[in-house]
Amino acid sequence: MEHILAPWPWYISGPLIALVMSLLLYLGKTFGMSSNLRTMCSMMGAGKAANFFKFNWKEQKWNLIVVLGAVIGGFIATQYLSDSSTTDLNPKTVAELQHMGFKNSGIELVPDEIYSLEAFTTPKGLLLLIIGGFLVGFGTRYAGGCTSGHAITGLSSLQKPSLIAVIGFFVGGLIMTNFILPLIF
Amino acid sequence: MKYLKFLLVGIFFGIVLVKSEAVSWYRIYEMFRFQSFHMYGIIGTAIACGILFLQMSKKGIIKNIRGANILVPEKEKGFSRYIIGGVLFGFGWALIGACPGPMYILLGTGVYSMIIVIAAALLGTFIYGILKDKLPH
Repeated sequence: MEHILAPWPWYISGPLIALVMSLLLYLGKTFGMSSNLRTMCSMMGAGKAANFFKFNWKEQKWNLIVVLGAVIGGFIATQYLSDSSTTDLNPKTVAELQHMGFKNSGIELVPDEIYSLEAFTTPKGLLLLIIGGFLVGFGTRYAGGCTSGHAITGLSSLQKPSLIAVIGFFVGGLIMTNFILPLIF
Repeated sequence: MKYLKFLLVGIFFGIVLVKSEAVSWYRIYEMFRFQSFHMYGIIGTAIACGILFLQMSKKGIIKNIRGANILVPEKEKGFSRYIIGGVLFGFGWALIGACPGPMYILLGTGVYSMIIVIAAALLGTFIYGILKDKLPH
């Protein structure tokens, strides 16, 4: 039980993520989280505005159920399967973030400086969440997949388009973290 | 209930991503600063095991639940959409520290401002759908 309550090492976590992909393929489906965003747009009537959303979204219901499960899984993991461990970050990372104004790095899963109630009620905080979410939603559909669809499923099935997309994910991420975040904070 | 198995897979996925800390904003930051092996280890072993599974199913050793061959949908050929869309996604991923799976999972862990991120992601997807035919693919 102690091992379950402590954070899991990468060599356990990675294979378990592959297991999630394998289970979905075994069940005759695929592992792709971002498709749900398109499905939800269709559910809300986006088909009236663009042909891209005109499809039988009911066939994607199983994936919305996976999303519901993921929300419940997040709740279970934090409420019942966690001890008081904090994220074992590189001390260099913690010092850098401290310098940028991020206190308590690694105590929670996300920084208060971005996600707390106080943060998102300021114009800057609200804008960050909206811009970040927008870029993820727009970018993932443009690229035809996200981390689950391209990085895990696409690379596991040795597809070149997914390799290009994952290179894009990293180029964007490296620019944001190394050059843009220091300007914002 | 035919959807129960999907609910269970989703719950398992949510637990794995929390316990692996892959939903941590800090882990994503650390990864893009090359200051930890953790995330590279997770993604690397996931892909290695995924390749193994798909090679075994290709050889017919593993079949799906209906006894048929396991099929992974082929991505369309192209370059622009993958690189431009990918970079935009990467900007968002590193800024908010969450990709589409973790967005929902973090909501479950009690990060309620994630609702704004999800709403903005829906808007982003919607705008892509509107502009699709005008964008290079």
